[in-house]
Amino acid sequence: MTPSDRVPVVLTDRPPTEPARLVDDFTPALIDVGAHHLCPGCGEPIAMRSVLEVIDELDLAQRTIAVFGIGCYTAFSNNLDVEVLQALHGRAPSLATGAKRARPETVVFTIQGDGDMVNEGLQEVIHTAARGENVTCIMLNNGVFGETGGHLTSTTVLGQRTKNSLAGRNAAEHGYPILLSNLLAQLEGAAYVARGAVNTAGNVARTKKMIHRAIETQLDGRGFSFVEILTMCPTGWFIETQEAPAYLEANLGAVHAPGVLKDTGS
Amino acid sequence: MTRRLLEGSEAIAEAMVVAGCRFFSGYPITPFTEILEQMAKKMPPVGGVCMNAESELEAIGMAWGAAATGTPAATGSTGQGLSLMQESLAELTMAGVPLVVLDMARAQVDYFQATRGGGHGDYRLIVLAPMDVSEAVHLTQLAFHLTAVWRNPVMVFGDYYIAHTYQSVSLEPIDFGPEPPRDWALTGASGGSGRAKLLSPLGSAKQRDDVGYDMSKHYLARAAASAEMVAGVTPMADVGFTEDADVVVVAFGTQGRYVRAAVQQMRAEGQRVGYVRPITLFPFPTEAVADAANGARAVAVYENNQGQMIDDVRLAVLGRAPVHFIGGLSLDGSGFGIAPDLDVAIIRSRIEHVLADLDVHAGGIR
Repeated sequence: MTPSDRVPVVLTDRPPTEPARLVDDFTPALIDVGAHHLCPGCGEPIAMRSVLEVIDELDLAQRTIAVFGIGCYTAFSNNLDVEVLQALHGRAPSLATGAKRARPETVVFTIQGDGDMVNEGLQEVIHTAARGENVTCIMLNNGVFGETGGHLTSTTVLGQRTKNSLAGRNAAEHGYPILLSNLLAQLEGAAYVARGAVNTAGNVARTKKMIHRAIETQLDGRGFSFVEILTMCPTGWFIETQEAPAYLEANLGAVHAPGVLKDTGS
Repeated sequence: MTRRLLEGSEAIAEAMVVAGCRFFSGYPITPFTEILEQMAKKMPPVGGVCMNAESELEAIGMAWGAAATGTPAATGSTGQGLSLMQESLAELTMAGVPLVVLDMARAQVDYFQATRGGGHGDYRLIVLAPMDVSEAVHLTQLAFHLTAVWRNPVMVFGDYYIAHTYQSVSLEPIDFGPEPPRDWALTGASGGSGRAKLLSPLGSAKQRDDVGYDMSKHYLARAAASAEMVAGVTPMADVGFTEDADVVVVAFGTQGRYVRAAVQQMRAEGQRVGYVRPITLFPFPTEAVADAANGARAVAVYENNQGQMIDDVRLAVLGRAPVHFIGGLSLDGSGFGIAPDLDVAIIRSRIEHVLADLDVHAGGIR
């Protein structure tokens, strides 16, 4: 990005004597290109930023391998300043397993969506958790296939309208949503399981702590760690951008309740 | 040179260790199972890892992840399990990840799967088909060399016989020459440098000044690398008695070994027959088959399926001689590829049929 492309961010609480701060000033150190093509109001960049900030704060940038699934967030696989291994839809936990076993000194985490992890790759994440694999899996859960434009996934809550459940998800026709964190928490091999959200500043801060704890779990060699992050998808939810944080709380978050489900290290 | 009498599965596992393989993942399926058993035993003592994957999907995913870190890695199965692996196999080929894939095939029904690329996309695998345990030991080591050189998966196409026959083999490491540095491999270390590595089927170079991938650029680059590999790998074939042969028989793998024995017997009795045994199924030894067909009055293809390699033989022969199919699916009740037809006397009689037909046609009956 050339300097002229940099958008000034003018904060009203700063005295006019100070120079305007630029978007770059707010870009985490481990993102090469701050710009992205994701929709306004998307929660995934916030989740991504939180993960990268934790890697940076723990000084792990030079020993980290990020394994990406397929979804909107895949756009970030191209512009992180940590090493990235791109996986197929659903298969990231196995690639993470192979990478970690081959190089145990690295920190390995996956970034996957709910469509990727729960629909296509449910068995992968369950087996990886059951094995107590010393990796961290991170699921960005917005309850829809965002990249295809808002279709039903295995985490879509009952009643939610999607492009292939226009009248809303109903159990008789579409079955019930899978609460993945609750499922994984029951497995012996899962050492840390938490569900956060990025719809409010408070939730972002709490989520970042969860990511921190998950990576620490891996560093301690305590086994599988998992953070589910509820993210806004106003485009896939067919609502106004500014309504998305509250909508998340009332719909997705009401079923997939945020909180720490398991922490064997505490 | 020390030789050891080993069952094929153990010999192949030893060959992998000798070739530097330090990661193996698999899921039990006959006749591949014993290779997994052997690798589970042989990896830990050399500091390697063997994963008992929960399915073939995990097996190839794990191998992909390990190979991405520059660790010489392999996985395998039989045709059925390889079907499950094809999506990942196609994608990791597009990502330029080196990997050795063992196909302990049931009969020869998966020739198309192996040579045509069972998955999506414009990619190719190098496919090596040993005729016995000793050759399997050689070709398995060659597979690790070729995959390192071309950054493209290489398949070793064996079968039940090769997996379960005991043979005396040499396990001296074979030096195939230099290999390029694995500077693309992920170690985590390049993070925070502004030049962190990316290993992806979508694009191999990070863009510094824009978002997203240029997919056409990557796919075209991979296609060019694939074409370079196809041109750079010398096709291999075992050829015998073709100079003055009326009938040339083409067969690969274990079947090729039996055909060779039949042809040798017939030659000893003065019959003008020869054979070509493709060792690389891809790239196919087109030239060797064409040369053999040049002076021949007929070409016969013996394979244990309904006729798959015969397509490649026809493309090689290009009308120089008529091509006859003398194979066919032959299985015992297990379905694992033990073939009642795999018998030198039976193969001889089929070749003699083709020879007799020539005489009939020469007599002007046609």
